[in-house]
Amino acid sequence: MQFMLLFSRQGKLRLQKWYVPLSDKEKKKITRELVQTVLARKPKMCSFLEWRDLKIVYKRYASLYFCCAIEDQDNELITLEIIHRYVELLDKYFGSVCELDIIFNFEKAYFILDEFLLGGEVQETSKKNVLKAIEQADLLQEKTETMYHSKSFIGFKKAY
Amino acid sequence: MPAVSKGDGMRGLAVFISDIRNCKSKEAEIKRINKELANIRSKFKGDKALDGYSKKKYVCKLLFIFLLGHDIDFGHMEAVNLLSSNKYTEKQIDSMDSVKQSAALCLLRLYKASPDLVPMGEWTARVVHLLNDQHMGVVTAAVSLITCLCKKNPDDFKTCISLAVSRLSRIVSSASTDLQDYTYYFVPAPWLSVKLLRLLQCYPPPEDAAVKGRLVECLETVLNKAQEPPKSKKVQHSNAKNAILFETISLIIHYDSEPNLLVRACNQLGQFLQHRETNLRYLALESMCTLASSEFSHEAVKTHIDTVINALKTERDVSVRQRAADLLYAMCDRSNAKQIVSEMLRYLETADYAIREEIVLKVAILAEKYAVDYSWYVDTILNLIRIAGDYVSEEVWYRVLQIVTNRDDVQGYAAKTVFEALQAPACHENMVKVGGYILGEFGNLIAGDPRSSPPVQFSLLHSKFHLCSVATRALLLSTYIKFINLFPETKATIQAVLRAGSQLRNADVELQQRAVEYLTLSSVASTDVLATVLEEMPPFPERESSILAKLKRKKGPGAGSALDDGRRDPSSNDINGGVEPTPSTVSTPSPSADLLGLRAAPPPAAPPASAGAGNLLVDVFDGPAAQPSLGPTPEEAFLSELEPPAPESPMALLADPAPAADPGPEDIGPPIPEADELLNKFVCKNNGVLFENQLLQIGVKSEFRQNLGRMYLFYGNKTSVQFQNFSPTVVHPGDLQTQLAVQTKRVAAQVDGGAQVQQVLNIECLRDFLTPPLLSVRFRYGGAPQALTLKLPVTINKFFQPTEMAAQDFFQRWKQLSLPQQEAQKIFKANHPMDAEVTKAKLLGFGSALLDNVDPNPENFVGAGIIQTKALQVGCLLRLEPNAQAQMYRLTLRTSKEPVSRHLCELLAQQF
Repeated sequence: MQFMLLFSRQGKLRLQKWYVPLSDKEKKKITRELVQTVLARKPKMCSFLEWRDLKIVYKRYASLYFCCAIEDQDNELITLEIIHRYVELLDKYFGSVCELDIIFNFEKAYFILDEFLLGGEVQETSKKNVLKAIEQADLLQEKTETMYHSKSFIGFKKAY
Repeated sequence: MPAVSKGDGMRGLAVFISDIRNCKSKEAEIKRINKELANIRSKFKGDKALDGYSKKKYVCKLLFIFLLGHDIDFGHMEAVNLLSSNKYTEKQIDSMDSVKQSAALCLLRLYKASPDLVPMGEWTARVVHLLNDQHMGVVTAAVSLITCLCKKNPDDFKTCISLAVSRLSRIVSSASTDLQDYTYYFVPAPWLSVKLLRLLQCYPPPEDAAVKGRLVECLETVLNKAQEPPKSKKVQHSNAKNAILFETISLIIHYDSEPNLLVRACNQLGQFLQHRETNLRYLALESMCTLASSEFSHEAVKTHIDTVINALKTERDVSVRQRAADLLYAMCDRSNAKQIVSEMLRYLETADYAIREEIVLKVAILAEKYAVDYSWYVDTILNLIRIAGDYVSEEVWYRVLQIVTNRDDVQGYAAKTVFEALQAPACHENMVKVGGYILGEFGNLIAGDPRSSPPVQFSLLHSKFHLCSVATRALLLSTYIKFINLFPETKATIQAVLRAGSQLRNADVELQQRAVEYLTLSSVASTDVLATVLEEMPPFPERESSILAKLKRKKGPGAGSALDDGRRDPSSNDINGGVEPTPSTVSTPSPSADLLGLRAAPPPAAPPASAGAGNLLVDVFDGPAAQPSLGPTPEEAFLSELEPPAPESPMALLADPAPAADPGPEDIGPPIPEADELLNKFVCKNNGVLFENQLLQIGVKSEFRQNLGRMYLFYGNKTSVQFQNFSPTVVHPGDLQTQLAVQTKRVAAQVDGGAQVQQVLNIECLRDFLTPPLLSVRFRYGGAPQALTLKLPVTINKFFQPTEMAAQDFFQRWKQLSLPQQEAQKIFKANHPMDAEVTKAKLLGFGSALLDNVDPNPENFVGAGIIQTKALQVGCLLRLEPNAQAQMYRLTLRTSKEPVSRHLCELLAQQF
């Protein structure tokens, strides 16, 4: 996978993960172009499109669009299910996840994605294992917080 | 992140992480990291062998640093060693698995970033062995790593084939709940299955019979399961299941050795073609495209032709329609070519603009490849021009000329067909090009019929001449000289055309030179010389169709699959494999045979066979042909170098008294038919849209003060495709250079899809002038050259300065201008509703002052102003008398210069 973008129906970018090195300018250009293209598509259209030399796989969940760019030989359907598994992970972690959870706890959304995908490849598909790893990371974080009593440390609101 | 399950597990790591997180600034963080890196480096390099715990701790620290986004250029070998270490006890397996996973994917990332950092060695065997790991997550990560590494080092990882097959076999045959958390909506380990199938596609079919047997069994199981009723109605279930199915089909196609599996795959895809899920229809069409190129499944794919044609007609999603068109192209062979070509032609009429050019190319290729009789081919290409002329690129119409030239059985038919096609009142310029070339070569074949006698052919072609671009007119001039040779009876008529001032003194150097040389050639050369020089073109040498090359460029590799492999139709390498030269012509290769890939205007008939007179004339003809490419460059350089000086200076340089010697004149076509109408819209206003078609919009904003003006032109690309070689230029026909100076700023040569570029024009009125400058816009859109000539909305009234004056003064001046030639008057019918306010606004927009209480009749309008030019000022008085009853106006203009009076009167009269 080359990158994953999450954006709202209004075209606001909520999360971006790039697995290929690109300049900020290029990233912005790609984002703008893809958001426009995907938002312009009608509901019953197919979830895949050719874009430059990549394939775009996207799916809408409520107000959010999840959009992945994969390479020519990658499998479109399994990418759709990568998106779905990620949504499931978010849902399990936040409990009925909604767009606001991702806006206010975006770093958690990134942590979860990083446990699931690493360097653009699926690392761990077991829901249980991913959530366990996140739980342990949360634990570690709490421990360090107590260890240093640091006020400058930004605490994360627990959403469950 | 590796998990830390106990408080005392890798305390150093926990401390390091907290240190980093407590860093107040980026600099502090980098400092801490550099310190740690130095520490780790010294530990790894140190003499003392590290124990497993330390090694693990340091690799984890490196991982953490890497995850923070810092570059790690060492430690990967330690990671690899850890990866396959067996020392770690069972109680640590949980956290170790997660390290292995991360380590494998980190190594993959390192390898992708810099393959040289990861030398292959004995560790590769241990990585392959990870496929046997009991932890599915580790296997998943390892497969990703191996799939990437084995592409460059297939032999190092060869042993992965049998391991991958046995792993796959275990997954595929497992019950839907065996794999617990790795089962996804009743589908066992779909991600891992897809990855394993992908990995196997890096290798040819297994050599070991037992392994191969097991794999074929797996593939069959997947195909069988596709027929079973779904275990869940959820889309996730069917997606995961079908993801494996499509990957299985990809592997079957990759092996291309099991006819039974290929046909089963095709049938399965056939079912999907009519599935209610758009996604599945899309993927089935895409997969079938590759299946069509296998000799085992080509026939099976062809049975679905009706469904695919139906998809082309009824799918609502353009991307699905595109897939259907691709598949039709891929499944085309001699048996169904006519049906497919006619369906694609029909589709072309309504196809999205974005894909028209590609469809045109495909139709052109199929028509040539599978033509049994070439009259069908000629008909098809002419239909293409008729339906989508704008999208027919040079390659396509050059190719039809090559083929007609090389096949004498179709020449008469082609001449007759183009003659008929040219009868249409509005035919595309590409049709004129093809028609002009073919009639010039083979018009004699239909000259016997009085309906297409030589004079009729000539007047038909010449009726299109004035509407065409310079390139086409140049081609037509060559046709005319060929006519003189073919039909001596047309000589006088054609010589008269060539002799006309519009040709002989044409502002375009190419046209002028052709006219001069052809006229002289026709006058001085004897009939024999003429016949030799203008002999029919020799056959073109065989070559790959450049259309195919173009399609490949457009679509990337694999696009030409229908043509690339001739294996499924071994008999097809006869007439259609390419145009073969006849033996007699091989010995006389034509110097001008390189028709393809040349500039837009094919060279005039060059004499290949005639040795004596030929050489001399080649020189004559080569000269002008080479010139157009040189032409614009010096002029552009002038403009860019001379930007700051006074506006008239570039004009002075360009105002060469002998235009024939000037390499600069732009070869621009005549203004478009509606140019006058568009110009009229701007007589009384300065801003608005000057021109708009499907590709381009041109907007204008301008302001004028005294004899100076500044104009902004906005060129908007309405398509999603970049315009190339975009060049808008301003041209001064006739004497205009001495009357009006227009300095143009350069614009970028590329205009992105959806983008708008702005061009600034500085204008200075030097003297009174009557004709507006021309704006020539040329660019390439999707490879096809586009040219457009408009009239720039700069008319003499723009330099009007309104003058207020009392009634007495007005009448005094009016009387002073009483010579008959100083007055111009026009009585005309109202074209618009007669509204006094609108009329007032128009007169003010025209530029004159409106004087109240001058005319005894309050219904009438009286105005006054001075036209400001650099050389002189021209005072103007005007009077407009509306007659509401008769719906008529009478307009009277009096100025000190006769032509100005008449011109203003004409301009203004068209506004009401």
